[in-house]
Amino acid sequence: MQLSRRNVMIMGAGAFVAFGLPMRASAAAEDRIAEFTGGAAMSDTGITLTAPEIAENGNTVPVEVSAPGAVSILVLATGNPTPGVATFNFGPLAGSQYGSTRIRLAGTQDVVAIAKMQDGTFARASRNVKVTIGGCGG
Amino acid sequence: MTRNTMIAAFFGATAMLTSPAFAEPVDDTLILNEELELVTRTAPSAALEGALPEVISGWHFRGTETRAMQADDFDNPGMMFVEQARESWDTVEGEAGKSCASCHGSVDESMKGVRAVYPKWNEAAGEVRTLEMQVNACRTEQMKAEPLKYSGSDMINMTALISSVSRGMPVNVAIDGPARETWEKGKEIYYTRYGQLELSCANCHEQNYGNMIRADHLSQGQINGFPTYRLKNTKLNSAHGRFKGCIRDTRGETFAEGSPEFIALELYVASRGNGLSVEGPSVRN
Amino acid sequence: MAQDVKPRIKLPKSAAAGETISIKTLINHTMESGQRKDADGNLIPRSIINRFTTEFNGQMVVDVVMEPAISTNPYFEFEAVVPEAGEFKFTWYDDDGSIYEETKKIALG
Repeated sequence: MQLSRRNVMIMGAGAFVAFGLPMRASAAAEDRIAEFTGGAAMSDTGITLTAPEIAENGNTVPVEVSAPGAVSILVLATGNPTPGVATFNFGPLAGSQYGSTRIRLAGTQDVVAIAKMQDGTFARASRNVKVTIGGCGG
Repeated sequence: MTRNTMIAAFFGATAMLTSPAFAEPVDDTLILNEELELVTRTAPSAALEGALPEVISGWHFRGTETRAMQADDFDNPGMMFVEQARESWDTVEGEAGKSCASCHGSVDESMKGVRAVYPKWNEAAGEVRTLEMQVNACRTEQMKAEPLKYSGSDMINMTALISSVSRGMPVNVAIDGPARETWEKGKEIYYTRYGQLELSCANCHEQNYGNMIRADHLSQGQINGFPTYRLKNTKLNSAHGRFKGCIRDTRGETFAEGSPEFIALELYVASRGNGLSVEGPSVRN
Repeated sequence: MAQDVKPRIKLPKSAAAGETISIKTLINHTMESGQRKDADGNLIPRSIINRFTTEFNGQMVVDVVMEPAISTNPYFEFEAVVPEAGEFKFTWYDDDGSIYEETKKIALG
């Protein structure tokens, strides 16, 4: 659907209650990140995370991750009851370090993807996804 | 609170809005599997009697990713259930020792065009039949098998299969002759307000399509895409299932799936989409 | 064992040696997250597919650890290199111990 900025603002103003308050990134998400990276610093380049700005329905949200040269990519939904979504591990016959799937988001939140590169460094990308409440009781 | 104020509030408007937010149905073309272009917008048929300036498929009211999911038979999870029904089509059931295929042969050939003309008057039975009713008539009379539960997954899968082989063909249900009385009844239901919220189908789908209801983009309520795979419940949903949900959401007692009221309503609503391509199974939110 | 679980795979029938191809997989599974409650208010226990792997002629392509946030009817799209003709093996591992498998051959050409 086409959304002009005006419409989004009207929606935003009128639908603040409908979107719900954004969920805080949980401590659990931070723990998962620390576990994956061992506390190492994360670059903000080298990984792309594609997710819709507004999810048509939180039950089935298409997302894509891509990090050329990565060994694995961890995907977290930082506002979900438990943040873990998936970990893509790429083997010798992976054609690229790319993966696409459909996920569940419990509410508006940041989806985070962290790539572990072959050289042991890490990269992080984050996208905010608005999860909407439908009309007549959804 | 007057009804109009209630409706304005209901449509997600705060006190500072003078009118509900409106978003154009998206300008896009539905090409299935990169080869079959579907008609998703067209001139209204006579059945509408001028109620809509144009008929538009629900596909145009959904987001980018949702629309893309429908355009590919692999990405469309509804097609998984079509495949399951293909197996059922070939499975012998009932005392007559037949499968659907025993009489009908290939589903792709024999069922082509069927979805497009249902619900339909059945002369021998003296009633308007939905696709589900006809499937069960075949099962009980020809296969001597148990009827499928009207709203069960086996039936929905079968209607999805039968629908899928008609994709691209224009919906063309008959509203005259013996079906007229049923059609008139369906039309009356469409314009009747139900429930505590006193909403009719027309209040949303005729008078407010294109508007946002909270963050949902209201469609014209066409059923050319049914059964539809809803992202919300990750399964196929039938038209009667959706009618029931809509009336329940007006906070009213709803009619049952397979009831005479919903049969009539389905005929009427299908006719409002005459001219649009059969899309089922579609993908919706 | 989940009812009637059936995987679907989409990949080309043939590829040039060394070509990168796109693979899509879909499997019907409820992916019960463990967050939902039943009509009596009791938590429905988690029961999901927790891992998905793809191998080609015995070598790993992808190995995905799956958690309850993966949607019902898990879908994946990814890419594989095809060094020679052979067979892809796709495996899904269910919490309840079931293993679902599908293989697809690919020719060189």
